[in-house]
Amino acid sequence: MQKIDLENKSLRELNAELQAQNSSTTQKVWEVINPKGGHAIAAGLNAPIDVTVKGSTGYYLAGMNQLATVRVEGSVGPGVAENMMSGCVIVGGDASQYAGATGNGGLLVVKGNASSRCGISMKGIDIVVFGNIGHMSAFMGQSGNLVVCGNAGDALGDSLYEAKIFVRGSVKSLGADCVEKEMRTEHLKLLEELLKKSGSDAKPEEFRRYGSARKLYNFNIDNAY
Amino acid sequence: MCGIVGLFLKDQGLHANLGYFLTSMLITMTERGPDSAGIAIYDSNTSAEAKITIQSEHPESDFEIIGSQLAAIIDTPVGVVVRDTHAVLGLDMDKLDQARQAIGKLCPNIRVMSVGEKIEIYKEVGLPKNVTDRFSVSTMSGTHGIGHTRMATESAVTTMGAHPFSTGMDQCLVHNGSLSNHNSLRRKLRRAGVVIETENDTEVGAAYLSYKMQQGSTLQEALQSSLSDLDGFFTFLVGTKEGFGVVRDPIACKPAIMAETDQYVAFGSEYRALVDLPNIETAKVWEPEPATVYFWKH
Repeated sequence: MQKIDLENKSLRELNAELQAQNSSTTQKVWEVINPKGGHAIAAGLNAPIDVTVKGSTGYYLAGMNQLATVRVEGSVGPGVAENMMSGCVIVGGDASQYAGATGNGGLLVVKGNASSRCGISMKGIDIVVFGNIGHMSAFMGQSGNLVVCGNAGDALGDSLYEAKIFVRGSVKSLGADCVEKEMRTEHLKLLEELLKKSGSDAKPEEFRRYGSARKLYNFNIDNAY
Repeated sequence: MCGIVGLFLKDQGLHANLGYFLTSMLITMTERGPDSAGIAIYDSNTSAEAKITIQSEHPESDFEIIGSQLAAIIDTPVGVVVRDTHAVLGLDMDKLDQARQAIGKLCPNIRVMSVGEKIEIYKEVGLPKNVTDRFSVSTMSGTHGIGHTRMATESAVTTMGAHPFSTGMDQCLVHNGSLSNHNSLRRKLRRAGVVIETENDTEVGAAYLSYKMQQGSTLQEALQSSLSDLDGFFTFLVGTKEGFGVVRDPIACKPAIMAETDQYVAFGSEYRALVDLPNIETAKVWEPEPATVYFWKH
């Protein structure tokens, strides 16, 4: 295992080393200590490596991630796994605003709560939050799945395209054009897979599904001011 | 951007370290606001009944005049503690108004930063490290304090444009964000007789809260009504004699993080501002909810 102490190494040195790994690397397992809320830790990775960050981090942890698995033993600041393409990011604590924003693929798991704008403009990423999420989550979500084991805040799924949202608890309010939809067999199956992959013991039957009413897709004079 | 920090000490044993902690928190927030920096510190260890913090571009000559003449004019002893461009005057509570008038006559260019029983405000243009060094903030003690590092958007980079802003006795405000209705609100408040000195948006926020409290609102109520009367982005941290309060606008895009232990309640724009506080690893750490008022007091 490779161990990097951010007390002794700069963020640039850490990220340069991690970004230099490729698919044939023999250095598969990495540990980062003393993150002290630093920004952009383990951002821009592009190799099937496993990185564990021991402590809480700041903005943009594992941003633009491809292939790598990044684990945080703590909480993360705004924009965790922003624009993730593939791979997996697992946050042991809470995530601040816009977790998984614009993500194209991969899996983001938040074991605590995520705050506002979780999954904003998501484009294919799967996000599983064990706790609650804040307001305006999945705003303009285009594809992918947002699974919330707790409650959702105001304006969930506002102006949603085709992202799917599953919530086990309450939804404070739905955003424009977001509606509750029927939970069919294929959705239960999808949910079961996502919960299993993320290590949650929640039951798919306990969730409700929300999606786009598709009323904002075309210009409608009744929507004009 | 801007960075804001705050520390409310529950443990009296830490009072002597308040300035040390605030300095480290503020310097960590340099990247969020390198233009200017400031702190408000509430110190209970002063012997005088009341304090006025003043600032001058010509501290040596101005503070000499104040030190030698103010006491005679208002007929009461005045303690003068100079820290770089600022000085804290200690005097009797019933002499405050007289003293303010006399200061204005003696040295018209002196600016009053704060007035109150406990509050002292220090703010200047420059990197947070330079500003905190100039005032030796790390040696200051107190019960609670708030600080700000500024990246200016709504008004010029000047001493008076730096935060905190104080518009009432022992009250002050630091702000991350920008208010969009500050011009109309400034006009309304001025018509109601409120003194607003700068074109800065945050000063209007501070004046609004002070005005509401003068009209009989509690701080809690004033912060609550700010949610409907102020338009724009804000995370506010408000200091009073007893403690501090936090409120974020309903959209809450300006970051905020809080930590609480048996010894303190801490606020930061980012978690990294809090990492050097004692036992932060085991603190309860959370993000304040939007449109929700929080307050801690002694």
